[in-house]
Amino acid sequence: MNGESFHSVTLDPAKCTGCTTCIRFCPTEAIRVRKGRASIMDERCIDCGECIRRCPQGAKRAVSDPLAALERFPVRVAIPAPTLYGQFDERYTVDHILCGLLALGFTDVLEVAWAAELVSAATSAWVREHSGQGPWISSACPAVVKLIQVRFPSLLDKLVPILSPMEAAARLVKERMYPGRDDIGVFFISPCAAKVTVSRCPQGTTASAVDGVIGIKDVYLPLRNILPGVPERPLGRARGKGLGWAHIDGESDALGDPRGISVSGIDDVISVFEALENGTMRNVTFIEALACPAGCVGGPLTVENPYIARGRIRVRERRIDALPEREAPLDASGFNILWQESVQPRPALRLDKDILKAMIMMEEMEVIAESLPGLDCGSCGAPSCRAFAEDVARGLAVKTDCIFKLREDVRKLAEQLIDMERMQPPGLDKD
Amino acid sequence: MTLHYDVPGDDMSLAGKASTEVKRALSRLGVNPAELKRVAVAMYEAEMNMVIHAGGGVANATIEPDKVTVVLEDSGPGIQDLDMAMQEGFSTAPERMRELGFGAGMGLPNMKRNSDYLDIDTEPGRGTRVTIVVRLGTPTGPDA
Repeated sequence: MNGESFHSVTLDPAKCTGCTTCIRFCPTEAIRVRKGRASIMDERCIDCGECIRRCPQGAKRAVSDPLAALERFPVRVAIPAPTLYGQFDERYTVDHILCGLLALGFTDVLEVAWAAELVSAATSAWVREHSGQGPWISSACPAVVKLIQVRFPSLLDKLVPILSPMEAAARLVKERMYPGRDDIGVFFISPCAAKVTVSRCPQGTTASAVDGVIGIKDVYLPLRNILPGVPERPLGRARGKGLGWAHIDGESDALGDPRGISVSGIDDVISVFEALENGTMRNVTFIEALACPAGCVGGPLTVENPYIARGRIRVRERRIDALPEREAPLDASGFNILWQESVQPRPALRLDKDILKAMIMMEEMEVIAESLPGLDCGSCGAPSCRAFAEDVARGLAVKTDCIFKLREDVRKLAEQLIDMERMQPPGLDKD
Repeated sequence: MTLHYDVPGDDMSLAGKASTEVKRALSRLGVNPAELKRVAVAMYEAEMNMVIHAGGGVANATIEPDKVTVVLEDSGPGIQDLDMAMQEGFSTAPERMRELGFGAGMGLPNMKRNSDYLDIDTEPGRGTRVTIVVRLGTPTGPDA
């Protein structure tokens, strides 16, 4: 796979003050502060966006495409995440918001929420047919999939091998709405930084059908400004079940399996995966795991408070479900929604390919860790004393990068100086 | 190399920590994920048993290139009838605990299934020593 190390989360060096806040919250210990600036270790980053949320300076950001990227294509199809609907209050209906996207320069829309309903149906069938092999983990959240690749490779075979709603929507646009055309640009309107990455380095397929990812925060203002003047047409096709994918529990509710659980927020996802790896979830059939707090509504590219957005989407779900069902936007029968390739482990935490060498490094790491103060102060630029010990064992840092170690050495040196100063050449020694 | 852990018996919120640490060490060493999971499941079961039934104890995990040996030792009540305990579905847990999802009687059979060698040395009133061996094959990964 090309561009394996590409990831969306990046640093604005001009804004970073080297404060070390971000390093503590990174779930894969992928950030180090060097020379007063944070730097991200590409192979470890899972694009969860946790550092974007935590950075007090706003120096972390997600690379996404600008609205101007539309100009590259004669036909421009917006595939908005259902999270977009939660950014606006109830004055604007889903129909209205979709019409607003057309007014911004898109030529067509297909709701990711509608594709999500197809994914739900396929997932439901998969979980039913493979019930003995569960619990199955939703593969919709790309940061969670990457987390599994990096930290929980033993759970890779538990991922539901079904395309994400974004990828399914993009493919349907190309295969069913505009078959045989090569001038179609499909743009995901995204709450999520990791979706930018998977549109370039996809999961479960060799090439993504998504041509660009535009952050919700980048369409929010233009959309908000244009909406009051846009006439409303009946464009929305998704039902409540599809909209619910924007927030935690939505995907599980759509699945309707009472033995499913849902978890959001990267730390809680990690604790559920630890338990799953220990074999303690025997009665669970399905795990909806979302890296962001409250689910996609908590994504780093959103503008509205996640909980307000979730509340609004819930209201929309009820309203839409009270209306008669509309005709499907396209015929999806026979569409292959399964993964075309499996997702591989990314052993970025491994010390060395050779287990013997790795063991020697780990012994060294243990010895170094023992000698450190254990305060996890972050002054060395590593997230914890243990991570620092690992960096030293890997040859990425030296012991005296620890301020306490340095002070110890200085004291020893000073003592040596005093001792030496007391020494007299034998010829002058009067004792 | 050997990793040593004291497993406290009075704090359920810390139960499973030793297994998690061993798991982390194994992933740093690049151990095959399937083998890592077997160690995790077997050790976690043993660690939980030690916390729930025996008031804690000590755990030592010895990692060699071809195998992981975990020894968990406690001075708890011991196991009255080991043959019975090894049977699937046998449990001494009260109904109340089973309703919570514990005590399904899968603990020891699960440990056996996930280890290549399992030895339980137990004496009622004296304690239990569980030895788990999981053999390691070759580390896997895209560039292994």
